[in-house]
Amino acid sequence: MAELTYRDAVAAGIAQEMERDERVVFLGEDVADAGGVFKATVGLLDKFGPKRVRDCPISEQAILGAAMGAAMTGLRPIAEIMFSDFLAVCWDIVANEIAKSRYMTNGQISLPLVIRTANGAGSRFGAQHSQAVENWAMMIPGIKVVAPAFPADVKGLLAAAVRDPDPVLFFEQKSLYPMKGEVPDGEYVDQLGKAKVLRSGKDCTIVALASMVHKAMDAAAALEKEHGIACTVIDLRSLVPLDTQTILAEVGKTGRLFTVEENPRLCGWGAEIVSIVAEECFWNLDAPIMRITTPHVPLPSADLLEDNTIPSVARIVREIREKMG
Amino acid sequence: MATSASRKKPSPPAIEIGRETKSELYRLQLELRYCEKRAYDLFLQNLIKGTSHLSLGQEAIAAAFGVAMRPDDWTFCTYRGHAHTLARGASMEGVLGELMGRQCGLLGGKGGSMHLTDVAKGAMGSYAIIGAHLPVAAGAAWSAQYRGTEQVSVCFFGDGTTNIGAFHEALNFAAVWKLPVVYVCENNLYMEYTPISAVTAVEHPAADRASAYGLPSIVVDGNDADAVYKVASDALVKARAGGGPSLIEAMTYRHSGHSRADPGKYRPEGELEKWLLRDPLIMYRDRLLKEGFNELTLKDMEATAMGKVDAATTTAKASPLPSLDDIEKNVWADGGSAWRN
Repeated sequence: MAELTYRDAVAAGIAQEMERDERVVFLGEDVADAGGVFKATVGLLDKFGPKRVRDCPISEQAILGAAMGAAMTGLRPIAEIMFSDFLAVCWDIVANEIAKSRYMTNGQISLPLVIRTANGAGSRFGAQHSQAVENWAMMIPGIKVVAPAFPADVKGLLAAAVRDPDPVLFFEQKSLYPMKGEVPDGEYVDQLGKAKVLRSGKDCTIVALASMVHKAMDAAAALEKEHGIACTVIDLRSLVPLDTQTILAEVGKTGRLFTVEENPRLCGWGAEIVSIVAEECFWNLDAPIMRITTPHVPLPSADLLEDNTIPSVARIVREIREKMG
Repeated sequence: MATSASRKKPSPPAIEIGRETKSELYRLQLELRYCEKRAYDLFLQNLIKGTSHLSLGQEAIAAAFGVAMRPDDWTFCTYRGHAHTLARGASMEGVLGELMGRQCGLLGGKGGSMHLTDVAKGAMGSYAIIGAHLPVAAGAAWSAQYRGTEQVSVCFFGDGTTNIGAFHEALNFAAVWKLPVVYVCENNLYMEYTPISAVTAVEHPAADRASAYGLPSIVVDGNDADAVYKVASDALVKARAGGGPSLIEAMTYRHSGHSRADPGKYRPEGELEKWLLRDPLIMYRDRLLKEGFNELTLKDMEATAMGKVDAATTTAKASPLPSLDDIEKNVWADGGSAWRN
């Protein structure tokens, strides 16, 4: 085990796959010479050369279109969209082309590609550079949606995404880039669609994703210590495929469910989780389910406002304590 | 079609177009014309539902590229893609079957008229969102360049596409990366219902923008299969040799409306009639006769093409409807559509 930052785990994951497979190529804006605006891809150009690691113009449709065309003709591209907010300018390629091509062609076209993007709040960048948009992707049939919370998961899930035969949207939480964690040495590949139970408690289940996982863990520690409430915390890790069995099993044990989401309220991913739990394990519930989300507003920029818009540890503790009586 | 002095005249082909190639160009134009006409008839019989965008009048472009391309080259086209898909050798019953929503359709009824695809023949998809396939074609060209296969990506689109962002993103991208891709603008004078000249800052929507990407300006008579064949051959040779992309504007005219729903009433009186005199098939037939092809040979080719369309129609009509089990198949590579465990 080596200690790596979340950002270094990105480069480690890409490097591992590029070393293994000549078909893996990497493209994006400022990703090669500059090593990425978040420095998550430093060293890849030196290691693999300009034929495989390529800087692109500010042309998000061209970047994802090129990734798609390359994937359908035998390469395994990894494309970077600098900020997930920019997915809106190339959403046609994601939602209409990449997601639907296999289905519309009755299986003739395969698109083994990964779109990596920096997602979420915490950097005071305002409403067009801080959104958590993984729920946009979740509602489109035909793309897998992954959002790791730990450096080890970055490497292992990124490797799994590259090896997956289907297109994967890989959301990196930009406020987590400096975070350190143990990452297995050598070749490391995880599995898409497996949630992790990070903490077990008898009183309630909290389901979280990406940066909200860390807030949920801190909140769970405080709830136990200060209020004697023992929480289970599930890190979803991917939204598609969704590990409903782990969620249903854990909710079955505690009888209580809270989701903690960075998305704005309406149609955040927690709504789907809640719907599944309500349909499939309603009689195991001891009380109404609660979603703890960002209010339904664009994200403000000032640190005070941003911190009070995204679910905070204090707010998660307060909301769960109030509901738990 | 005359090219202005400032535009690059296509250089003469390395070889003259031989009789066999000419015969092939005529055969393909016939098949495309008869098949499109049959598609129209099947609509009128309500055997084809939804919409459809016919290439009647524009067949010379698809045929010329179809003949000029290598079997392992790739075609990317738009929702007006029946002709381009057939020109790569996709089966006629596969095309008509798809239009009719039958099991024998190229896509088993899942794609329809606007998404015809036959990967085995290099027909890499028909794209129904304007501009989307231009960057995709660049990506395929990148893959060929990366692997050193000398394959070329050919991407067809209409004049209206030149005003959407993806056109400009893709052209710049392809030029900067020197990709083996040939962009072919089929300028049929109308973006859907509106004259392209009314909504475009330059006379030639594609060719006049070529210089912005460091590319020569090329305009060709899109109703002359030989002229298109020569320009196509040049561009394919250039791409294969590592010379980078080309942008070709082929002047043409669609004989029918934009889609099934459009009678084309916005066209000035006499315009269609003028272009019907320049019908690519009639012009080509006249040329072949002048060049010594036998009238009986041409008649025989025409009968054979019609026979092929008739047989394909019969097969498609007899094909079963798709199975309802197919609805939840092929979202993922494992053949299924599961998003949860």
